Amino acid sequence: MRLRLEKRLEPSRAMLVLTPVLSVIAIMLLGIIIFDGLGYDGPQAVWELFFTPVLDVYKWRDVASKAAPLIIIALGLSLGNQAKIWNIGAEGQYILGAIGAAGVAFVTQSMTGFWIIPLMILVGMVLGAIYAAVPAVLRTRYGVSEVLSSLMFVYVSLQLLSYLITGPWKDPDGHNFPQTAQLTDAQLLPHELWDSGIPPGLLVALIGAVIFYIIVSRTVFGFSVRAIGEAPHAARYGGFSSNGIVWATLMISGAMAGLAGVLELMQLTRLNLGYPSGYGFTAIIVSLLGRSHPVGVFIAGIVLAITYVGGQVAQTFVHVPNATAGLFQALLLFAILASDLLVRYRIRISTTSPSTKGAHS
Amino acid sequence: MSVAPRLELIDVSKRFPGVLANDRVSLSVKPGEIHALLGENGAGKSTLVKMIYGIQAPDSGSVLWEGQEVRIPHPRAARRLGIGMVFQHFSLFEAMDVLENIALGLDGAVSRKQLDAEIRLVMEKYGLKLDPRRQISTLSVGERQRIEIVRALLLNPRLLIMDEPTSVLTPQEVDDLFKTLRRLASEGCSILYISHKLHEIVELCERATILRGGKVVATCDPRKETARSMGEMMIGSDLRDPARGQLSVEGPVRLSVRELSLPKPDDFGVALEQISFQVKGGEIFGIAGVAGNGQNELLEALCGEHLADLHTTIEVDGSPVGRSGPSGRRKLGLCSVPEERNGHAAIGAFSLSDNAILTARSRMGFENQGFIHKAGADEFAANVIKTFAVKTLGPDALAGSLSGGNLQKYVMGREIMQSPGVLVVSQPTWGVDAGSAAFIHQALIDLAAQGSAIVVISQDLDELLRLCDRLSVINLGKLSTPRPVGDVSVQELGLLMGGSHATPANSAGGIHAA
Ligand SMILES: Nc1ncnc2c1ncn2[C@@H]1O[C@H](COP(=O)(O)OP(=O)(O)OP(=O)(O)O)[C@@H](O)[C@H]1O
Ligand SMILES: [Mg+2]
Repeated sequence: MRLRLEKRLEPSRAMLVLTPVLSVIAIMLLGIIIFDGLGYDGPQAVWELFFTPVLDVYKWRDVASKAAPLIIIALGLSLGNQAKIWNIGAEGQYILGAIGAAGVAFVTQSMTGFWIIPLMILVGMVLGAIYAAVPAVLRTRYGVSEVLSSLMFVYVSLQLLSYLITGPWKDPDGHNFPQTAQLTDAQLLPHELWDSGIPPGLLVALIGAVIFYIIVSRTVFGFSVRAIGEAPHAARYGGFSSNGIVWATLMISGAMAGLAGVLELMQLTRLNLGYPSGYGFTAIIVSLLGRSHPVGVFIAGIVLAITYVGGQVAQTFVHVPNATAGLFQALLLFAILASDLLVRYRIRISTTSPSTKGAHS
Repeated sequence: MSVAPRLELIDVSKRFPGVLANDRVSLSVKPGEIHALLGENGAGKSTLVKMIYGIQAPDSGSVLWEGQEVRIPHPRAARRLGIGMVFQHFSLFEAMDVLENIALGLDGAVSRKQLDAEIRLVMEKYGLKLDPRRQISTLSVGERQRIEIVRALLLNPRLLIMDEPTSVLTPQEVDDLFKTLRRLASEGCSILYISHKLHEIVELCERATILRGGKVVATCDPRKETARSMGEMMIGSDLRDPARGQLSVEGPVRLSVRELSLPKPDDFGVALEQISFQVKGGEIFGIAGVAGNGQNELLEALCGEHLADLHTTIEVDGSPVGRSGPSGRRKLGLCSVPEERNGHAAIGAFSLSDNAILTARSRMGFENQGFIHKAGADEFAANVIKTFAVKTLGPDALAGSLSGGNLQKYVMGREIMQSPGVLVVSQPTWGVDAGSAAFIHQALIDLAAQGSAIVVISQDLDELLRLCDRLSVINLGKLSTPRPVGDVSVQELGLLMGGSHATPANSAGGIHAA
């Protein structure tokens, strides 16, 4: 008896939904084995990592505020994924968004007005979009893969950030710490909505998910994105410009990353060297785990946020290293990519095949 | 006791969601026999041979290979038995060259040099011409098919399955292919041959099994039948010929192309040179030619995928469209159907309804300020399915689940039912059964009768002669002077088509039309 793979006639929809769930379960089991092997209490570590944040009401706010930026960024990325355009540089666009908002904050330090917050958001989104337009130019003009160029621009953004907060934008009252001045009240959104513990970002993520759902399923633009991803030649015949889609998907994902950057800045109230948190990278996993579907992305964002919060819990109680959350996120990425096989193939158990019997050459 | 058949199927069945594609099919193929598998679009021919080649598994029934019951779980097992197959839809990687594609289809590792030599040997032996180093994306459909044939022949098959190999070949190429097949058969290789071109079956095959609705309805000796009698066995009723009404070519010029020149899209493409022609309302204009002489480039230039240099180079009803893309041209009434239905005319992973949105969204009004009116698309798709008798579960079925001919009918119907003022089609009846081909021809004739201008690009001279008012030949990207169909002989056309770089063998012989 042996196992073999058989290609499915069409990708399995059930597997499309099931494999992300299976992936999460698989890495939980794998986590138990790994931590046990390393001499920790494996089951306990996995419990703290995945379940404590869910069961402990006091952790919910934490989970929500980490899920919000992940979901917002991943929504933008999932659009590009569907067109098979891969923006790996969301982290850079996220940083640029925060820089844009911080720039507005710098200029409006002594002002008040309802317009300041919308302006910060607008500038952050535009800057994120422009930053993502660079890989778009490189790809449409010179055929440079957006995978490489978008990633490299992350490093440029890190340099820009550290220049700004150690130089021109450094807080004069900050005891020479590399950080910007605290945002003023006129520059901050409420920390939570209606005293409910829900951070404003989560509401934005929810609205974003609805909007993206409508874009993908109801609009000609969403249709063109899917068409380009499935069959570029047919899409061209249908009247869609592939360069146009490259521009649009990269800039939309840049704008969404920028938006997440602004909201996160408002949570943290100032920019410092610790600001780049890797959300832009983790969001790639979120978009893949969520199968680039708005509902999936929303759920996946919460799952990944749980690993962040749970990583800290497990660190405190089981004393696992602080790289734990990252380790699980990476395992999850592996699991989800590997499980894609099940979407396109099915596993058959075959007894020794008689087909070879009559064969001779 | 007589020799065991090379292949025998007993009561083989296969069900797909909603259709019984094969219903207890039995058939046997003797060594060295050329056996035809006939049936309408969707009768289950491709499904049956896919099971023989191990791509799909039968639900029930048994397969005997040289008298022994076998299970063929995957194509590798089929190849090990000595079964080769040339597909209706090619499975080639666009970005690779011929050699790499052939190498990918082989089970063992062979060095590039050795493979190159083997390929040249097979090609020489069977008179097939192709440069092993050309990239797939630059090849015409006819050339792609040659790769598949070479790939199958490299394995010295003892049963060769050919699923509609001649749909897109020129008469000369068909003749060459038949020589190859007869030679293979005389060497003892059995051939299972699927085609909708019944006169070919009469010429080539010694036995035929006829499927209808997944069941075997008859077997016969094609040499004792006529194309018509077999066609009638297939559909179970009488065939009707399309009726060409009185020609009314007196309409205004609807499509005008003036000195259209385009550089090669890539290294192996064909540049278009100074192409000029006009088509009037009510007229069907034919463009003949050997595959790879600029047909694809011309279609893409006409439908707007490649733009002309000047806006006025192409005019639809007097409005210049040379610089407009496909959407702009469709709005003005210019619709088109490219040659390759999978991945060009239609998206296999999309539903039929979504495939309607692909090209019909603005003309049929299911696009409203950037939003899609899904119900409208469903309704239109359902209408196309009904009018063109497309065998499918409905508008939500994936385009990729349709049989080849049914998808072709759908794509043709989708464009015709938009009532375009100008319709440009390439290989309109590629892979379509005789009854449906007649239906599509009739639909084109009716569309012309309503005053539309129609351009038919085809390699099937019979089709062109039957359908068109005027004809031109495209050769090396140049178009010959259009001639009324009545004035031009098949021999002349053959001469015009000759001299192509793609198939130099054609230059001397002219064409052999049936
Ligand atoms: N993968 C699939 N999923 C669902 N239905 C399928 C699939 N493949 C084939 N069918 C259905 O099975 C039936 C037989 O299809 P098949 O491709 O064997 O027809 P065919 O005889 O080869 O037709 P054609 O002459 O048009 O190529 C059709 O109704 C088709 O829609
Ligand atoms: Mg078929």
